[in-house]
Amino acid sequence: MEEALLLARVQFGLNIGFHILFPSITIGLAWVLVYFRIRYEVTRDAAWLETYKLWVKVFALSFAMGVVTGVTMSFQFGTNWPGYMNKVGNIAGPLLAYEVLTAFFLEATFLGVMLFGMNRVPGWMHVTSAVIVAFGTTVSAFWILALNSWMQTPAGHTIENGALIAGSWWEVIFNPSFPYRMIHMLLASGITAAFLVAGLSAWRLLKAPDDAGAGRTLRFGACLAAVLVPIQILVGDLHGLNTLEHQPAKIAAMEAIWHTEKGAPLVLFALPNQEKRQNDFAITLPKGASLILTHDPEGELKGLDAFKDHPPVAPLFFAFRVMVGMGVLMLLLSWAGSLVLRKSTPRWLLWAFAGFTFSGWIAVLAGWLVTEIGRQPWLVTGILRTADAVGEASGAQLGASLTAYIVTYATLLLAYMVTLTYMARK
Amino acid sequence: MSQELLPLVFAALMGIAILAYVVLDGYDLGVGMLMPGAERSEQDLMVASIGPFWDANETWLVLGIGLLLVAFPAAHGVILGALYLPVAAMLVGLMLRGVAFELRIKAEGWQRELWNWLFWAGSTLASFAQGLMLGRYITGFEPGFGYWLFAVVVGASLCGGYVLLGATWLILRTEGALQQKAIAWARWGLMWAALGVALVSLVTPLVSETVRHKWFDFPQVLYLMLLPAATLAAGGWSWVSLGKSDWKPFAGAVAIYVLAFGGLAYSLFPYVVMDRMTIWEAAAHPSALKFMLVGTALVLPFIVAYTFYSYRVFRGKVAAGGGPYG
Repeated sequence: MEEALLLARVQFGLNIGFHILFPSITIGLAWVLVYFRIRYEVTRDAAWLETYKLWVKVFALSFAMGVVTGVTMSFQFGTNWPGYMNKVGNIAGPLLAYEVLTAFFLEATFLGVMLFGMNRVPGWMHVTSAVIVAFGTTVSAFWILALNSWMQTPAGHTIENGALIAGSWWEVIFNPSFPYRMIHMLLASGITAAFLVAGLSAWRLLKAPDDAGAGRTLRFGACLAAVLVPIQILVGDLHGLNTLEHQPAKIAAMEAIWHTEKGAPLVLFALPNQEKRQNDFAITLPKGASLILTHDPEGELKGLDAFKDHPPVAPLFFAFRVMVGMGVLMLLLSWAGSLVLRKSTPRWLLWAFAGFTFSGWIAVLAGWLVTEIGRQPWLVTGILRTADAVGEASGAQLGASLTAYIVTYATLLLAYMVTLTYMARK
Repeated sequence: MSQELLPLVFAALMGIAILAYVVLDGYDLGVGMLMPGAERSEQDLMVASIGPFWDANETWLVLGIGLLLVAFPAAHGVILGALYLPVAAMLVGLMLRGVAFELRIKAEGWQRELWNWLFWAGSTLASFAQGLMLGRYITGFEPGFGYWLFAVVVGASLCGGYVLLGATWLILRTEGALQQKAIAWARWGLMWAALGVALVSLVTPLVSETVRHKWFDFPQVLYLMLLPAATLAAGGWSWVSLGKSDWKPFAGAVAIYVLAFGGLAYSLFPYVVMDRMTIWEAAAHPSALKFMLVGTALVLPFIVAYTFYSYRVFRGKVAAGGGPYG
């Protein structure tokens, strides 16, 4: 049972973690493509068309990866977590179905028009198709984040015969953490796409320094990131305050605060020790955590000792620091890039952007690890424990399918990254 | 709407979604399986003929599974739990082919060959796994060698059925030498599918008492036999139209699917898990169903409308050249 639970979690986590890589590119990149496409429609400058046509290929590949891993996920809800559907299916099911109905068909159908129909439909219709695809990706994010946020901060439900039903769909969808998580994720996607565009353009410029189109998209990506990253830091702070209000145990684990205290220090680095319930080798900033989280240096923060159930500390503590660290590096690089690129394109900067091509992925994955592990031991906070939702698949079945998934994912990820960098350098 | 009626409506909707999936993704999976029989330039045409559609086609699967999950959550757990490994195999197949679709255009040399191969292998694996799932599902997931053998036969038959859809789709969308090849493929596909449908129709009543009573009790047996007769007629019509009409073979193939699906639905009803769980027993809470019904009623007409629009935009024969994303 323990083994099956662990394998089920690893398998689902692997799949959902692999899946999120691609939507986090396509949601942002779809809007970037709308911009490129409209620029061509307005200026009739062939260079914009070329830019659009290059990036639409990147989009198509990323989208296909997102679709196939998403289809997999839609099955794993049932295969790995039957208890989840039994308990909250009346709420989770309709939200997922709305995603399919209002977003998936829209994206998929008009992506066909967008990719293959440029010579078959009028220009305005092609632009409209690009807008519909971008809109569809955002709508898709809306529904799935509504469901995820509801699992974090459930609201609007009642209980009937042991299962949950929706009392108010409005409250279910617009649950307390939803607006923050939604904006945080949309910005994350914009930033991921911005660094992908800048990074692949930098690869291109390292190979062909005179490529004017690549120079333009590099500057575009750097400037987009330079605008979005600081907004994201602000929104992230608000999201954190919201989490403090609704899921204080998650915050305590993220900051490795073991005991409730006033004027809690900000732990910059430590090795959280779950057994002794303390931090080893801690480097702290006095009153820092209280200042950031309560905006008052003497504010009281609840420690992990205040909660009967709390998530494991070390993964949250480190994942959170990886995310914030990436955010800071991205801020520095995008600002430096935006300033320097106005005058020149030094090779060190190209290498830096090339190295940051997939930096968004690291931050996105770290962020999702924080929020998902931070919900444990609950699958739906206060309502359903992860251990109670796991299915009857045997360890052997899980092990066999897990191996197949790992091999498939590793192959696909390698092929994806090799293909993108190959396209950039061709 | 009464609480008795809601599960019925959703059973119908789910049936429509799954039928739409089988027909639509069926033709593009079939085209994938036919790839090794074609020349390099023909392969590009074959892929181009399904390029704008495959993604939306696959979405019907997500809708079908989504409706199962939403409307019949209790059955969802039982079915997907019992089909754990075939589902995993199908998903790996669908992943490989979906991504190979994009990568075979972008890769060169041996890598291109590899992705072409994976496109074929993924299509075949997914088709076979779906047939296997169907075979297991019809027999209510009974354990035992005989039942598994039956499922393997259904798996092979569904591959034949998809080859038929793929070949007739190519007759519709291509011309010249490739169309001639597709006609030959369609003949094989028809024979293969006919064998499969006949076998499944004969074996199912033998292994399932429920099905036997539903079909062969007097007097309904008299008018029920119209269904296999109509299926035979559709197959015959498809066969004689080969080489004479571009669209009739495909229409005939689709008719076979609609009729076979109708027969299957009749066999199962009112069960959603054979002999174990009826649609009413498995149904979700009315509050969830009502919320869903509103959305479906509002959105489904739009989905159908823009799907038609997309097929209109890409009607006619696929042309060589132009390259991807022209």
